[in-house]
This record gives sequence, C-alpha cells and structure tokens, in this order.
Amino acid sequence: MKRIKRVFVANRGEIALRIVSACEELGIESVVGASEADMQGLAARRADRTVCIGPGPAAQSYLRDDVVVQAALGTGCDAIHPGYGFLSESPKLAARAQESGITFVGPPAEVIELSGDKLRAREEAMRAGVPVLPGQEVSSDAETRNVADTIGYPLLVKAAGGGGGRGIKLARDADELASLLTLARSEAGAAFGDDRVYLERFVANARHIEVQIAADEHGAVVHLGERDCSVQRRYQKVIEESPAPGVEPATRNALTAAAVAFARAIGYRNLGTVEFVVDADTGEHFFLEINCRIQVEHPVTEAVTGRDLVALQLHIADGEPLGFTQEEVVFDGHAIECRLNAEDVAHGFMPSPGTLSLFSVRELLQLRVDTHLCAGAVIPPYYDSLMAKLIAHAEGREATIDVLLEALEELDVEGVETNRTLLISVLGHDDFRRGAVTTDWLERAIV
Amino acid sequence: MPLSDEDVREILRIIDESGVSELRIDTEGFSLHVVKGERRLDATAPTHTPRPRDPEPTISEQQPADGVVTIPAPMLGTFYRAEAPGKPPFVEVGSTVEPDTIVCIIEVMKMMNSVPAGVSGTVAAVVADNAQLVEYGQPLFRVEPA
Repeated sequence: MKRIKRVFVANRGEIALRIVSACEELGIESVVGASEADMQGLAARRADRTVCIGPGPAAQSYLRDDVVVQAALGTGCDAIHPGYGFLSESPKLAARAQESGITFVGPPAEVIELSGDKLRAREEAMRAGVPVLPGQEVSSDAETRNVADTIGYPLLVKAAGGGGGRGIKLARDADELASLLTLARSEAGAAFGDDRVYLERFVANARHIEVQIAADEHGAVVHLGERDCSVQRRYQKVIEESPAPGVEPATRNALTAAAVAFARAIGYRNLGTVEFVVDADTGEHFFLEINCRIQVEHPVTEAVTGRDLVALQLHIADGEPLGFTQEEVVFDGHAIECRLNAEDVAHGFMPSPGTLSLFSVRELLQLRVDTHLCAGAVIPPYYDSLMAKLIAHAEGREATIDVLLEALEELDVEGVETNRTLLISVLGHDDFRRGAVTTDWLERAIV
Repeated sequence: MPLSDEDVREILRIIDESGVSELRIDTEGFSLHVVKGERRLDATAPTHTPRPRDPEPTISEQQPADGVVTIPAPMLGTFYRAEAPGKPPFVEVGSTVEPDTIVCIIEVMKMMNSVPAGVSGTVAAVVADNAQLVEYGQPLFRVEPA
C-alpha cells in the first residue's frame, strides 16, 4: 500500500472483523469505531485500536457521518472503510471524508448520489444501452393511471430513494395502487427523505442475478462473475450462490457485459454490484440498481475467483491499478452462502437478541465461516440479526449444498432463536436442489 | 406542574407495569427518581465477564475516590477546555459547578458542542487532555458532589 497506512472501520459485526482481517493481511493498521454496545465485540478487540463513537442506537453512532470522520481524523487514519449498510452508501460521508483529506473506500460521492437515485440510475442504464423494466416516475393521479395502464398489472411501486429491497410495494390492480400510493409516498419521504415514487413492471417469475464489478482509478473495469440471490424473503436475501444455476452462457455474457458497460458509463470506481432481474420464463434481463459497496454475499465471489475483494477495495482506493485483466479472472467450482440470523421464524421472523450461551460451527474443509460471534457474545437489539455467514465451496452445486447442510446440522447454538431449520429445509428442498428458484419461491414455500 | 396524589399513583402504576427498574425524570420545577424493588444490581449483571481492553491511560490511572462523580463525554470529538485558544478554561480544579455550568466544548466536524456539568459540586480533577480526541463515555472531569 502506498498512501493508506491506517484504516478507520466504520461498521460493526462480521464485516468489521472482515475488514480488520484484510488490513492485517495487507500489513496496515485498523481502527474500529464501535458503539457502546459493541465495545466488547471481536472486531473491537482485534483491531489495533478501538474508539467508542456513541451509544448503542445506530442513529447516535454508526449513522453519524460527522462523528465517523472526526473519529478517523482524531485517530490519524488515512482511509475510511464503510462496510455495508449504515453509511456505506452515504454520499455525505464520502464527500466529508474527501474534504478532510481522508480516502473513502468506495466510489466518489457523485457516483454514490447518482446510484442512490434509482430513477437517475435507470436513465443512465437506458443511455448505456442496458435494458430496464418498463416504468416511470408518477406524481399526479391522472399520470399514475396512464402509466399504470401502459405497464399493466400487477406492478411495483418503488421509492426513488429506496434500494436494497426497501421501499417496494406490489399493486395487483388499480384499486390497490390507488390505496397504497399515498402511503408509499409518505413512507418514502420519512425513510429516505425523498417522496418521489415510480411504477415498474412486475416480473412474476423473477430471478435476482447480480454482477460483481471492479473498476480502478485508471479506467479499467472488469466483472468477477455473477451471483444468484433469488432465495429471498421480503426482498431480503437468505441464500446466495455463484455461478447462477441454469443460466445459459449467452445470458451470462449479456449480464456481465451490461454490468461493465453501465459501470463505465457512470464513471464507477472501486467495487460495486449491478443487480438485474431475470425473467425466468423468457430469459430476458433488466437492470435493477447498482450497489456502491461491498456486498454481504461477496464471499461466494471470493470463493469461485480466489480473490480477496476487501483487499482489492483497499488497493483500488490506494490508487493502484487492478493488476489483472478480464481474461485473468477465472472461475473455479461452485459456492453458496447462507445467512444465519438471530430471528424467530415461527413468530414472524422477529429478531431474537440475547446472549449466546453456546455457539460453535464445526470446521469443515470446504466451509468458510464469517462471524463476529462466539459463545458468551451478546447480540444487541439495535442492529440487524446477522449472526454468521456460512460459505461452502466445492466442485459442483450438489456437493456444495451438502457441505452447507452438514455444517448447519452440526451447528451448536443456544441462547437465541435462529433460522437454522429454515436454511436446512431450503437447502434440502427439491425445488432448490433442482436449480433455479424464483424470488417469490421462499415465501410461497414457507407458508 | 403541580402533581396530585392521584397523578403520583398513576405514574407509579405505569412504572410498575413496565419493565423499567429505575427511572429519573428531571424537568423544570419537577424531579422524580423511582427505584423499583430492592437494589440488586447483581441480578441484571451480564453472566459473562467482558474482557477488558486497553483502556485509555487517563481512565485506568485515575480511579475515582469514594463519592466522586465523573462527567463523561456525551459524544466523540475533540475536547476543548476553553472557548478559544488563549481564553481561560471554563473550569479548573476547585471550581464550583452547577448542573448547567458549561465545563468544556467537544468539537465534531467544526460543530462546537457545549457540555454542561450535569451535577452540582467542586471540580476535583480534569482527566482528559485538551485538544485531544475523547471517545463517547470517556471521563472528562471528576467532581465532588455538593
């Protein structure tokens, strides 16, 4: 590393630990900014230094861009890694860091801003020749009716400031649309500070396939293959894999080419993920959005490409060239990740915070476990319920599934409720084992 | 705001039905401090002992004497003892403070946040270094309560 010697980790949980590990590997220092609730966490204990940035609730700690930059400055850090969630896609943090002479590990603030505006991102995609779903912003009632009639029902109402599966509502007919539009606008305004909404065609049999891209500061843009994240509940991913099962080489090539073209068109820098919806009936693909951060599911790409994506983020932020060409990105085997969450599946997936009296995952040759937890650790009530990511990497898909099943069956966990049983039933389900499921499959299957 | 016996009973009923074990309300002209049941802090202590991690030297070296109260940093930022360089400090050892006496400034990205003492008494020690980063909750001053 040339410029970056000390990285401020503006996150918590497994991704904070993941970034600390990447810094260790690269021989650079890490400073974790932890909330009061996370001061005893593994990331906080493993970092070279930890500072308490505020009380437990995220609004007073992990979401304070001013405090994060002040903490980075005060601890002599030259870069900020925002992880995922929290401030990872905040143009304000990126801009503030830059103004303070600190490298933001991610794209420039303008690119984050463009990507966060889903309507602008759609326009840019169209301009770059990337297919988008029929759709349009709507403001008046008359306009809404016209646009909806053109698109056809059912359709989705999406918040322009949303993304990541948030701010989406399904309208099956004109009455339903009329009744939820006002609510959608006020919710969007409250949640994202932007009450613009747009209508978009709903693909009934949809698969969620995303492409990992990497762009350096010198104009090189490559892709690192795709991930299928169709096993979802309420637009939140549960299981992710690479390569996407049952995708024709022509479709895969079209997706990766579209992702690279889009990234180039918007002047993207660093790692990002271009999300597509693929119509399982026709094979058509449509641009959904670009995520300007490391993804939760990045380990499946790391497994099949053999590349450390967090280290790559830091190298790119340091101004280094990618160091490899598209041809040098080779794919090996199959990888699947499942997210073990502290939630009570039987009671509406209620988060289940608490103290882990027991937590141990058996070591298996083809298994990677990314977790910040161990027996005795406390899962605080303030944050998401992700406990661990189990990532299996084997020769074929069947064998990969079996590794995950073995790991889940042998998992010891007590003290909180988890979704372990749900994960086991998905991985063992005939539909899943056969290959491609669609994004509505899980919710239909668990009812 | 005058409280009737009925109001007090109503407040106690609400507290009784909630999971709250201790409550302190301080507003203008009204102060309420309620502790439910016996004080048995052990019962709510975590079952495992958190491993202590390298505390700041200023924290570990100066253990508070009996009865001395700590004023902690209400936010992370740069700690300033005076309004501006060259100006006298807001308080010194021996200064008398009231709850609303400003004792220092904490700067967060050019925003100056005044910190009130929150307690009445006499400043016994200044335990944070001027113009240095202080973390959320880090002790700034020790005060002997009046």
